Amino acid sequence: MLLIHCPYCGEARSELEFAGAGEAHIARPENITEVSDEDFAQYFFMRTNPKGIHYERWRHIHGCGRFFNAVRDTVSDRFLKTYKTGEPKPDRAEFEGEGR
Amino acid sequence: MVEELVATRTTPLSGTYGGSGLARLVIAGDATRLSVRAGEEALGALSGALDIELPRAPLSASVTDGGYAFWLGPDEWLVINEHGEEMIPRLQGIEAPFSAVDVSHRNVAVTVVGPGAAAAINAACPQDLRPDRFPVGKVVRTVLGKAEIVLFRKEENTFRIECWRSFAPYVFGLLDQAAKDTAY
Ligand SMILES: [Zn+2]
Repeated sequence: MLLIHCPYCGEARSELEFAGAGEAHIARPENITEVSDEDFAQYFFMRTNPKGIHYERWRHIHGCGRFFNAVRDTVSDRFLKTYKTGEPKPDRAEFEGEGR
Repeated sequence: MVEELVATRTTPLSGTYGGSGLARLVIAGDATRLSVRAGEEALGALSGALDIELPRAPLSASVTDGGYAFWLGPDEWLVINEHGEEMIPRLQGIEAPFSAVDVSHRNVAVTVVGPGAAAAINAACPQDLRPDRFPVGKVVRTVLGKAEIVLFRKEENTFRIECWRSFAPYVFGLLDQAAKDTAY
């Protein structure tokens, strides 16, 4: 069973308690009425879908209920790091070559 | 004269017993319950009004005579009063913003007691229930099979499981079978 560390509960918990919530660090434009259709589509629909290190949002929905961010390797499905919402995006150099 | 009709409250599985010699199942008595959401600035006043400390530490609980306050999330608590005292009226006049919803009838609690309690729960719950990882007093919201539960270790071999009332027959049936399958 895959264990995911929840940064709010402070411990690793079963994947059964979690729900994925898409790519992380996508900021909604503040001036959304002035954004062009192309830029809005870019923000709204387009995602990176990388092979390897991916920054994601997860929700501990059957636990503390909180959204948090995770760095996951999409090849190995290994969680490299989880951190609270609002904390800075960790540099990918931190994870290069790890757990691949 | 018009006769007054009074609807009596029925709790699912009220008075049901089950399980096995190693893990007995008892449906806990009726209680009042609050779902509380609040920020740090309201916790002191809420704890005072409810006469039970809302714990700040993740996965921890406060216990009084007949009362429980379970940490469910960084701004969320489940408060239970087994004496059936109304808690909402006590919260009038608190200045800091908070939300409190009476969910007394939403939940049913199953108590699992005995040396096989942890093993029975683990039949369908992914928590690590070894005493060093899940000591007495720890509480988690988690899953039991397909149902969401709140699991509290009251004593080493006594657990309280809160589930939503429509899930109660499912939760009880699952635990009952698991308890009967439990052996040393
Ligand atoms: Zn959590």
